[in-house]
Amino acid sequence: MNPRDRQKHPDRAGATRRQFLLGGTVAGVGAVAAIAVENALSTDSTTPAMAASVPLNGDVTVPFHGAHQAGIDTAAQTHGIFLALDLLAETDRDGLRRMMRILTDDAARMTQGQSALADSEPELAVAPARLTVTFGFGSGLVARAGATNPTWLKPLPAFGIDRLQAEYSDGDLLIQIAADDPLTVAHASRMMLKDTRSFASLRWTQQGFRRAHGSVKPGTTMRNLFGQVDGTANPEPGTADFDAVVWNTTDGWAAGGTGIVVRRIAMNLDKWDRLDRPGRDQAVGRFQSNGAPLTGSGEFDEPDFEAKTAIGFPVIPEFSHMRRSRSHNPRERIFRRGFNYDDNPAAGRISNAGLIFVCFQADIERQFIPIQRRLDELDLLNEWTTPIGSSVFAAPPGCSEGGYIGETLLA
Amino acid sequence: MITRSTRIRLGIFLAATALALTGCASTSTQTADNATVTAGDAVSISDAWVKSAESGMSAGFGELTNDSDADVTVVSATTEASSMVELHETVENENGETVMRQIEGGFVIPANGSIILEPGGNHIMLMDLTAPLAAGEEVTFTLTFSDDTTYEFTAPVKDYSGANENYERGDMDMDN
Repeated sequence: MNPRDRQKHPDRAGATRRQFLLGGTVAGVGAVAAIAVENALSTDSTTPAMAASVPLNGDVTVPFHGAHQAGIDTAAQTHGIFLALDLLAETDRDGLRRMMRILTDDAARMTQGQSALADSEPELAVAPARLTVTFGFGSGLVARAGATNPTWLKPLPAFGIDRLQAEYSDGDLLIQIAADDPLTVAHASRMMLKDTRSFASLRWTQQGFRRAHGSVKPGTTMRNLFGQVDGTANPEPGTADFDAVVWNTTDGWAAGGTGIVVRRIAMNLDKWDRLDRPGRDQAVGRFQSNGAPLTGSGEFDEPDFEAKTAIGFPVIPEFSHMRRSRSHNPRERIFRRGFNYDDNPAAGRISNAGLIFVCFQADIERQFIPIQRRLDELDLLNEWTTPIGSSVFAAPPGCSEGGYIGETLLA
Repeated sequence: MITRSTRIRLGIFLAATALALTGCASTSTQTADNATVTAGDAVSISDAWVKSAESGMSAGFGELTNDSDADVTVVSATTEASSMVELHETVENENGETVMRQIEGGFVIPANGSIILEPGGNHIMLMDLTAPLAAGEEVTFTLTFSDDTTYEFTAPVKDYSGANENYERGDMDMDN
């Protein structure tokens, strides 16, 4: 989860561009209406008098317009859906432009709590609940636009651990829709898909979730369905470190955007059940209890990879997920923003669960692939996890009011 | 009115303008020293859009707002997207059927009020498209008011499955 809300940095969020504004309909009226939601959320709501002043989370909006697209440095919402589309054969560069204008307008309106034009169910748009809509372009879309891909915008190399399924892989256009309300997500998804029908067909959808809004303190690192604290090492939005890891500064039309990797990681909960607690801790190199490294006591303690046990073995095993994913090269870092999934089990099974692994990085080839190569070679966690879907997209930069997402590529 | 055809650029603009609706210009045939607010200056539209269609008919929607202290009346609309444009209302006819037909006297926008043009209600009817209207294109309309002033705006084209109601004249369907 996005660490910007961590209590140890209560003032950090104020410095970031995407402050959450209260009240979608009033957000544009004036700065008077702008209140950092972090402040509101930290308000003590345990007394009835205070509870009355706590705003509805459904009213909270995330600005749509800006230098970067929302939904990347935005604290992850409770519900996310990922839609991958294939362009129709007849969709040309002009068609792409028309499509992105329509989709941008839909997103700009709905994220601010207003219904999209021609929405038959405008009543469903009234509670944005931090709705964000984020677009990513696949190499197919860029080719259709007659433009040049960033070098890293291509399918990931085949990894030995992969068991990829076409129905969860690739696609020309990614739409990531996320909010703290599942009805909001469903409605936004419906609206966007209706407006893609003249241009593209739906290739796959993946739906995921995190803890519900209000269940845990904002900024709490998410837990996956293995019970693990997942995402502790993320760079913190609003910092120079985050900006360096995430934002693309070099790739022409893609500058100001980021590289998106979406991988569907099946997690074998039944097999994981057979592993005892020390085994689980060793597989990751962190305690399942609180996410602390095996050499520490707090989640954010720096792991000590040199520490040895009494008989001379590393306390954090060489084969552990954390050890294998950690690089000495500071460039080889990513920003993770995934969602759990828990879908219908196949007949005779009781589980079909996993992680929609989503990560953002400026350059997938230089940042993500080296990490994934190491995990492919050795990571004890591979015993219980299997990548079954994989896609790569380039998020274009954000746009200002009157502009549209993709204008740097299509204008 | 007289100079409208030369003064106002009509047609479909694919790229020049923002998708978000913009009232581009208002024009007045009244002299500059006339102190009264013209209808063309008082009226604006928000959330305008047009239904996509391959050919035949389509319709334009949105919310018309009148910022003046007097009622204004839209007497006609034109666009290069259609060779014939009518202002329609949706009413129940003598057989109890809901039909759309040309509204007598035009759309009256009350003083400091607004009217909504929407599927199943009042709308600007494009009777005969001059070219296909594809989603994401933009259509420029010119409204003319009873004081002969005009208001021009653009509206994006959107795919929409509804707005297929019958018309009193000839039972036509917008999807035809």
